Amino acid sequence: MSDDIWILGIHMTKFGKHPDLDTVDLGAQAAIAALADAGVTMSDIGILAAGNLMGSPGIGQQLQKQIGQTGIPVYNVSNACATGATALRTAIMAVKAGECDMGLAVGVEKLAGAGLLGGGGVSKSDANRWAPSGRYGAVAPIDGRIGTATMPGTFAQIGMEYGHKYGGTSFELFARISEKNHSHSTLNPLAAYTKAMSLEQIMGDVMIAYPNTRPMCSANCDGAAAAVVVSGTKLRTLSLEQQRRAVKVAASVLTSDPWTEGCQVLPDVNTLTRNAATQAYEQAGVGPDDLDLVELHDCFATAELVHYDNLGLCEEGGAVDFFGSGAPWRDGRLPVNVSGGLQSKGHPISATGIANIWEVCQHLRGEAGPRQIEGASVGLAHVIGLGSACGVHILERAAA
Amino acid sequence: MSGRIPLVAYLVLGDEPHLEANECVACGARFFDRRNACAACFATEFRRVPVATSGEVTAFTIVAHAAPGVPVPFVAAVIDCDGTSVRGNVVNVPADDEHVALGMPVRLTTFSMGTDDDGVEAIGFGFEPVAA
Repeated sequence: MSDDIWILGIHMTKFGKHPDLDTVDLGAQAAIAALADAGVTMSDIGILAAGNLMGSPGIGQQLQKQIGQTGIPVYNVSNACATGATALRTAIMAVKAGECDMGLAVGVEKLAGAGLLGGGGVSKSDANRWAPSGRYGAVAPIDGRIGTATMPGTFAQIGMEYGHKYGGTSFELFARISEKNHSHSTLNPLAAYTKAMSLEQIMGDVMIAYPNTRPMCSANCDGAAAAVVVSGTKLRTLSLEQQRRAVKVAASVLTSDPWTEGCQVLPDVNTLTRNAATQAYEQAGVGPDDLDLVELHDCFATAELVHYDNLGLCEEGGAVDFFGSGAPWRDGRLPVNVSGGLQSKGHPISATGIANIWEVCQHLRGEAGPRQIEGASVGLAHVIGLGSACGVHILERAAA
Repeated sequence: MSGRIPLVAYLVLGDEPHLEANECVACGARFFDRRNACAACFATEFRRVPVATSGEVTAFTIVAHAAPGVPVPFVAAVIDCDGTSVRGNVVNVPADDEHVALGMPVRLTTFSMGTDDDGVEAIGFGFEPVAA
């Protein structure tokens, strides 16, 4: 079909500490490598979509100053942890709309050494006087006094809420999910952490927000990822080698959180993910049983559990049994986060939503090296940005 | 000047302290913040309604690392107060997983947060376990 969209080239930098590279250096490294992987140059690109949350505004134009100022439209996007997926989706929409036949999406973050994220509140004034402010009329910062909105605390509650609803969860269960991902990353040289961790090590580590200890939280680190997307029509004019390595974007979906009871008390990360998954399976004409691997947004071990269910990898309420069956291990029925996931590969926020697609593409192209999932032909990548935004992409190997 | 002021506008003090929600007149959706319109049905008319003062813990975490100045550990939770989800700390109980459990019945309680230079006392709230 003429409106097919394909990933022509894609790249992920090493995740970890890059003290010698600034945000633009990292983004440029990913962009230049993605262009080279695609076999094209900036002169072929008709739109640039770029995302970065922690640096100075206008990352797209800053990148152009380093990698090529060609006058094309730039969209600087910001969508929390879904920023990378949003950049990719923006480039896809431009190509789909026929505004150009090739687009570049970049996500980059410098996050090494960042501490606790989220939970900002009313700042304390110098005067010692109770004065209501903000939408709750609060006279003091409420985080810690009225529950918590910090990321670890929020996602801990999201996992516990699942346990309350369906039963079967425990500190040990969540720690075992983390054990899987830390085991998976031993085969991923680009991961921020590549050492296996035992269940005892994970459970005995520093508690951040029960039941998540430190290794059960996503790893703050530096990293970037970039992708070149192309229309099916344009792809057919390119070389056979480019066509062979191209990966089909069978579904590209972005959702936000619809109102549900309690969603402004504890974010509902479930409904928008379920909606995105349903739309994506419909777009792609596949179901969860057709997937060979899944990269999902395990920002915390507690989050991975609920997304087994939200993405339909198991029947409703069956996430604990799904994990217990061994299915999501790399030698299981449906490998999840063979990259090591956010807990071990790392989570440079804006890069994550393209990096997970890079991981799936590596397997679909048969280029994943020692961690290759043999014969992989269909994969799904999922991200969630709290607030909330959810991106789901389904990718298919090119027909031989 | 003296007197008392609630930590948040949706805490109503008095003989029977309780929380008060902004309820959408059209669809019944409840909110605790100042509203522009209803997120569920887009209507703009709200009424103040009291929220049940007892409920059940449907989710919790024990926060060990928080922003500077926030005392830890504390138990952050979501309480189902007769169909309305409420965010709050579980208080008057040791902050560990032996004393806090999913499904635990709790009730609203208030406490002093101190007095400012004008002699005004701020009142906070939390939820404490109810003997089963």
